[in-house]
Amino acid sequence: MAADAHRAIEAVWRIESARLIAGLTRIVRDVGLAEELAQDALVAALEQWPASGVPENPGAWLMATAKRRAVDQFRRRSVQERKYEQLARELEVDVEAAGSEIDAAIDDPVGDDLLSLLFMTCHPVLSTDARVALTLRLFGGLTTDEIARAFLVPEPTVAQRIVRAKRTLAEAHAPFEIPGPDELGARLWSVLEVIYLVFNEGYSATAGDDLVRPGLCEDALRLGRILAELMPEEAEVHGLVALMEIQASRLGTRTDARGRPILLLDQDRARWDRLLIGRGLVALERAERLGGPFGPYTLQAAIAACHARARTPQETDWVRIVALYDGLAALLDSPVVDLNRAVAVGMAFGPAPALELVDGLADDPALRDYHLLPSVRADLLAKLGRREEAAAEFERAAAMTRNQPERELLLERALACRGDVRNGASVH
Amino acid sequence: MRFMVIVKANEDSEAGVMPDREILTAMGNYNEQLVKAGVMLAGEGLHPSSKGKRVKFQGSQRTITDGPFAETKELIAGFWILQAKDWDEVLEWVKRAPMDGGTELEVRQVFEAEDFGEAFTPELREQEERLRAQAGSQA
Repeated sequence: MAADAHRAIEAVWRIESARLIAGLTRIVRDVGLAEELAQDALVAALEQWPASGVPENPGAWLMATAKRRAVDQFRRRSVQERKYEQLARELEVDVEAAGSEIDAAIDDPVGDDLLSLLFMTCHPVLSTDARVALTLRLFGGLTTDEIARAFLVPEPTVAQRIVRAKRTLAEAHAPFEIPGPDELGARLWSVLEVIYLVFNEGYSATAGDDLVRPGLCEDALRLGRILAELMPEEAEVHGLVALMEIQASRLGTRTDARGRPILLLDQDRARWDRLLIGRGLVALERAERLGGPFGPYTLQAAIAACHARARTPQETDWVRIVALYDGLAALLDSPVVDLNRAVAVGMAFGPAPALELVDGLADDPALRDYHLLPSVRADLLAKLGRREEAAAEFERAAAMTRNQPERELLLERALACRGDVRNGASVH
Repeated sequence: MRFMVIVKANEDSEAGVMPDREILTAMGNYNEQLVKAGVMLAGEGLHPSSKGKRVKFQGSQRTITDGPFAETKELIAGFWILQAKDWDEVLEWVKRAPMDGGTELEVRQVFEAEDFGEAFTPELREQEERLRAQAGSQA
């Protein structure tokens, strides 16, 4: 029974903790202290709820309890520091009012506190690793252990990262607020980047044997969906959600029985998740309806949508995809985008012009260790019948990837090219 | 994990009585909470079974029966599809639904490949895919 109660309390925590920490940060102006107070309230719940039962409004109960702790703390501190005296007095009035009307304890109807918290945990003063860990912990309600397992790093490393991040925010006096119009664009970009990074970490593990860690994809999707409701007027937020929904729709079909990657065009489209595709297309529509030029996430979502809409690979509108990549390349100066564009050109206009584009990228230092460059080149060479060169390029790609299943697949393709060279046969 | 929360039919829903404004508002608020928390993937209400039909399969024969169907308690009036981390979380959300008067919500987990867990080895998976392919080629 007690174990059941604890699990129920943990579930309440997952649902309420972000709003709780956000509301407390607004009051105490320190995200570290806010988290401590919220944790104190959780401990109180773990002590009391198993006997008393979960209260009718558990979020409000946790908030009221945390506020009482805050008053106690400030009173103790106010003996030494005057600034806490005022805070304690203000808060006390608040807690008394909440006593009669406990439902009002969490008072964030438009989500400004939540949004301020997200902008804080994704603050540019923090390193990317710190942003990701802090966001998942404070906004996503994940435990340090869960974050550590998801990112394949030891738990103390994550714990350290979070402690340091909170200290950095305090030292930088990062304000708890929604950024003003002049910096909103850049700050929102930082938030979107963190969410998409979490998603990608789940979607294509950078190391190890497990190509897909869907737990992180779900976490990222949840963060994105929450953000889309908090900032419904921001087209790029919907663009990112659309991109993640559509990519997640293929999660189950991206690897074969042995865990090796299946390329987009070889995937069983009947098994793509129609529910997620539908959600993705709706999110893309929301982004498009808001008008203005497409941002990079919306463009990528639009590309993903071209694939999602095609019932068979042959129906894919490659010409439109090339046009969307043109738009993306104009926004992002990224050789990876150029490489993807080259692939689309190959599908739309044939392997020869595509190979020309890829060869133009061969000397780009950013792609020196990028296994997809020789892999794409190999594919185009194979299509042009230059099998010996293709095999060598597949082997080069295999030597460069850190992902074991992918390496196997690349070596297999190299072998197939060599086999064709020997037999004089041709691949499709 | 994905769950389907099934709302059972009752006499009112079967009679096509629309819920009053208070209930509709409460339901709207609840759905908004679910959407804002990023857990609601889908949710729909269904017309009463009097507007439904059943299709029965027997060999090559297909028999269509018009509603309404008698066993009210077995019928469904609507559903949500929710995404939650685990059973505890989804139950916590379901407990917050604005229901009363002995209403029962049924929560069922939606199958996903990883639910087969360790027992569903790559070899078994391959076998299943082969069987599916065979079944497909016979159909």
